[in-house]
Amino acid sequence: MFNEAVIKEIDEIRVKYPDRKSALLPALYIAQREFGWLSNEAMSCVSETLNLPEAFVRGTASFYSMFRHKEVGRHLIQLCTNVSCMILGAERLIDFLNTKYGIQKNGTSEDGRFSLVEMECIGACGTAPAMLVDTDFYEDLTEENIVGILEQYK
Amino acid sequence: MEKFLLRNIDNPNSSDIKEYIKAGGYKNLSRAVGMGQDDVMEEINKSGLRGRGGAGFPTAMKWKFAKADPKFPKYLICNADEGEPGTFKDRPILEKNPHLLIEGMVISGYVLGAEFGYIYLRGEYPAARDILDAAIAQAYKDNFLGDNILGKGIKFHLSVHQGAGAYICGEETALIESIEGKKGQPRTKPPFPVNVGAWDMPTIVNNVETLSNLPLLIEIGGEAYAKIGSEECPGPKLFCVSGHVENPGVYELPMGISLKDIIYEHCGGIKDNAKLKAVIPGGISTPVLPADSIDCAMDFVAMPKAGSMLGSGAVIVMDESVCMVKVTYRALRFFEHESCGKCVPCREGTDWLRKILERIEHGKGRKGDIELLSDVAGVMYGRTFCPLGDGAAGVVLAMIKHFRNEFEEHINTKKCKY
Ligand SMILES: Cc1cc2nc3c(=O)[nH]c(=O)nc-3n(C[C@H](O)[C@H](O)[C@H](O)COP(=O)(O)O)c2cc1C
Ligand code: SF4
Ligand code: FES
Repeated sequence: MFNEAVIKEIDEIRVKYPDRKSALLPALYIAQREFGWLSNEAMSCVSETLNLPEAFVRGTASFYSMFRHKEVGRHLIQLCTNVSCMILGAERLIDFLNTKYGIQKNGTSEDGRFSLVEMECIGACGTAPAMLVDTDFYEDLTEENIVGILEQYK
Repeated sequence: MEKFLLRNIDNPNSSDIKEYIKAGGYKNLSRAVGMGQDDVMEEINKSGLRGRGGAGFPTAMKWKFAKADPKFPKYLICNADEGEPGTFKDRPILEKNPHLLIEGMVISGYVLGAEFGYIYLRGEYPAARDILDAAIAQAYKDNFLGDNILGKGIKFHLSVHQGAGAYICGEETALIESIEGKKGQPRTKPPFPVNVGAWDMPTIVNNVETLSNLPLLIEIGGEAYAKIGSEECPGPKLFCVSGHVENPGVYELPMGISLKDIIYEHCGGIKDNAKLKAVIPGGISTPVLPADSIDCAMDFVAMPKAGSMLGSGAVIVMDESVCMVKVTYRALRFFEHESCGKCVPCREGTDWLRKILERIEHGKGRKGDIELLSDVAGVMYGRTFCPLGDGAAGVVLAMIKHFRNEFEEHINTKKCKY
């Protein structure tokens, strides 16, 4: 079960909606923050707190790509490879991260430091290629500057 | 043109309510309340404002339907999902000018008789989330949101609902499903959201940019607004330009400006003096235009005549180094990934198209693959439940129409030369 502070946080969100189902996405985000990913336990906690069937919680959670269904590294690199980023070199960056840090596309480095997820457009096409590291935006990426950026994440 | 939507965004504190008020902000809300609901509605009608989310639906018409429905409460939802690849026009409003959107939403809520609003914000904009939350808290504190707005007993409550990485949730009925805590799959229309929307109540869904036009419209009046830009689609428009131009970015320009002028006058032309090959004018779901067809007016009425669509005004510029087969393949990977799975033509069609494109791009294309692509896309077109599937098919058909030789070359030489 979630601790009391988390339950209170979810209760505060619930009042913004006319029914309890509608607090599901926010509650899943909170569960993901608490557990690092949406483990069975995390989803059970959501189901219990919102009093929704587990199957419903799982069904919704599985639809959205930002909910994680396996454990990820300490830092999540979300690199866009959609067209605007692709034509300005995003794929080279994916290869580079593979060689430099040993992270495969949609995989995690051996030391558990980074996970790499290939993203669809993240709304930074004018400063492509772009990525999110955890919740921070980085734009105009090159093989040179990406190393310096990632060094800030231990 | 004087900037309105992007006014003040160079001010580092532009998202602060004090700066917004200093620049005349929230005055238009008072003005609108002074005018009364019906007069504001009339101004919107006169202005000819069309939705900026992609479809260009007349805003006044949508609002009239919702107002005419006797059911209460009504809900106002701002579509800040901005998922169409190539699109980053709403982001500067959300991050740098959040009070413009909030003021627009309060005005809209007042006119529509909606007391609850939500901003459906894409999950990929965590910074905007914090900025919006802070701006909303400021607006509550200064009585621009709450139960007694401006001391006039007007009630409007606003909060942010964060999406979680599903492009289809930008489609308004999928968005409503998603707010309700469900999978984001489109609903059957009719009934339309203006009658049966969120929690089965009349619901208006409008794009960030659409709602942000409201304060301007009140400021100058519907008639003056109608004189900006093109006759059939007036107003200022945000164009977001990416790819091979010297100065990519978001530009606020009159609707109806020529695509060529956007690229050459405003964005400094093609990067490094390279040669232009093609432009995707309205986001990845809109049909590609070859270099010689870009002298067209960028608005909702003229673009279909020019062979494409205005979409979200997301201009993707590609020089001669770009492989069009690869672009098509990447686009179809996107559509396959984002297909919600509800209807067969889209779910199976995007999978097929992606597979055929993948083998052509990787030098394993077969004779007859171009015809197969056209067949599959042709069968999908017009038969999918929502416009996502149509968009995917249209992208493939346009690419084959304009760049057939590149597809043939890949198949004949069994490789991609780019
Ligand atoms: C697949 C799909 C994705 C869409 N994505 C968005 C989006 O990200 N933002 C948006 O404002 N409208 C999007 N739309 C359009 C909405 O369905 C709707 O028309 C729009 O929010 C209405 O607002 P408007 O009248 O202000 O344009 C999308 C439509 C489809 C079919
Ligand atoms: S066209 Fe695609 S996205 Fe739209 S309802 Fe059908 S499967 Fe879902
Ligand atoms: S295509 Fe990469 S951020 Fe838009």
